[in-house]
Amino acid sequence: MSLLSLQRRMARAVMTPLTPGERMRRLAPDGRPMRRVAAEFIKPNDRLTSFERLEIYNRQYWFRLVSGFAEDFPGVRAVLGDRRFDSLSKAYLKACPSRSFTLRNLGSRLESWLRTHPRWAGARQKLVVDMARLEWADIEAFDAKAEPVLKPEDLAGVDPGCLRLSLQPYIQLLDLRYPVDDLLLAVREDVPEDSQDASNAFNERRKRTRVAAVARLKPAPIFLAVHRVEYSVYFRRLEPEEFAILRRLRQGKSLNRATDGSFRGSKVPLDRRTEKLAQWFHNWAALGWFCRPQKRIAKS
Amino acid sequence: MPANRFNNFTDYGIGIGLRSTHYNHILTRKPVVDWFEIISENFMVDGGRPLHILDRILEQYRVVQHGVSMYFGSAERPNREHLRRLKDLVKRTKTPWVSDHLCWGSVDGRYTHDLLPMPYTFEAAKLTAQKVREVRDTLEVPVAVENVSSYAEFHVSEMSEWEFLNEVVERADCGILLDVNNIYVSSQNHSFDPLTYVNSVPTERVAQIHIAGHSKYRKYILDTHDHPVIDPVWRLYSRAIERVGHTATLLEWDDSIPSFKQVHDEALKANKFLSSAALARAV
Repeated sequence: MSLLSLQRRMARAVMTPLTPGERMRRLAPDGRPMRRVAAEFIKPNDRLTSFERLEIYNRQYWFRLVSGFAEDFPGVRAVLGDRRFDSLSKAYLKACPSRSFTLRNLGSRLESWLRTHPRWAGARQKLVVDMARLEWADIEAFDAKAEPVLKPEDLAGVDPGCLRLSLQPYIQLLDLRYPVDDLLLAVREDVPEDSQDASNAFNERRKRTRVAAVARLKPAPIFLAVHRVEYSVYFRRLEPEEFAILRRLRQGKSLNRATDGSFRGSKVPLDRRTEKLAQWFHNWAALGWFCRPQKRIAKS
Repeated sequence: MPANRFNNFTDYGIGIGLRSTHYNHILTRKPVVDWFEIISENFMVDGGRPLHILDRILEQYRVVQHGVSMYFGSAERPNREHLRRLKDLVKRTKTPWVSDHLCWGSVDGRYTHDLLPMPYTFEAAKLTAQKVREVRDTLEVPVAVENVSSYAEFHVSEMSEWEFLNEVVERADCGILLDVNNIYVSSQNHSFDPLTYVNSVPTERVAQIHIAGHSKYRKYILDTHDHPVIDPVWRLYSRAIERVGHTATLLEWDDSIPSFKQVHDEALKANKFLSSAALARAV
């Protein structure tokens, strides 16, 4: 048996989902008894059969991935409840095994998978998708690149009509149907980092709090920037017009084109729009959201 | 043999693994530690807190990189993106050497995130050695391969684990990160004498040594890095030091991590064996 063929065979077995009792399945994906499959390439010893030796790796694989996934998506878990979340995790990880050298990227395909597999999210699919988007944005914002911040002198002599402002790569812009930012913050407050010592009664109380918070959550569209300040990730609610401008800037549009039409259908009175724009740009600049241009800006 | 070409002629002493639960203690109390080992993958990111913390650590401490997903033994070619990011990190940390495991864990682009055991065949040794060379040539720092704990053996194996290790390191002309806890765990799981393993290692290639604790189950032992080092592992360490000489030694503690002081104190127990070995050599 060549190295590649052995590795394919073992990986297929290791990545086969466990039974509900968290043991290795009796049948391999091709329908053959797993006992026979294991015996074909793994030696037994005086204490363990080939099946049992392979099972150690099968269980380790699923325990590691399921726990890593749960750490990344506590909000989705709170929305779905433990049992549903467990089923969803296993279905997702079976459909989308890791294709990255790092476990950080385990949840990168969750949003798209949820959209094409709505049954795993149950009746509140849109809420689950929103939460998955927010939690993935949080992961991206945490360790994405930060470019040098734009300074006033970088803009000296620049024609405002041609100006293109780049947003910091770590900023994630989200348009969401539900106010999941509040829910996620509540979930995080509810789950201390080291919850191992918490009593069962305390855990039950927490669980009830989370269930109640989810039940209360009604659709209410929000626009959000997931960003960083001093290496910590924050959620900042945006007005719809702010969001529209930032999204256009992210798309590479010039300042003029980004602001043009951003107030279409807006409830902001005409006489307050200039003031609003000035205030938003002031805030974004103060937060360091604009990067220093990498290429020389066209001068007038 | 305190320094050799596989640890870039450095003379490191006892280090511990850098873990996030200890960041605050390290950055505020600035304890005296000879060096820290980092898990490369945790810092192969574009920015944010991980690199900020790393840079602060680098201001005060020596850091050595240890990887968990290069998978030298996987039949597929190295992941270019992985290598690019690893090289960027090597430039940042100025690590004198880089280590990763003598195992496989990915196939057809799918990652198990586990350290899966190698079949001990000549084909596997040749392919693994090629990959080690490719990684070393790209990174431009010495590479050391670490023996893993294993729970399974393959029918196709043509040699013992230590023979396979020797075959790979000779073909690749690379270093060894000798994990004496892993030798102990595997010896219990596969019923061989761990001293035979330690006595078979080419001493001139040992760049670093790992020590750790593990968990014992009824029919096998798991390499969990969540306990102090047990006496039989210290005895293997003692024998390894006796053969190799004073060598950079690192305690791994990755789960149920106690206070920084407890971890450091456990690591410093290695001093007793390092001193005895030095004394014996002097005599």
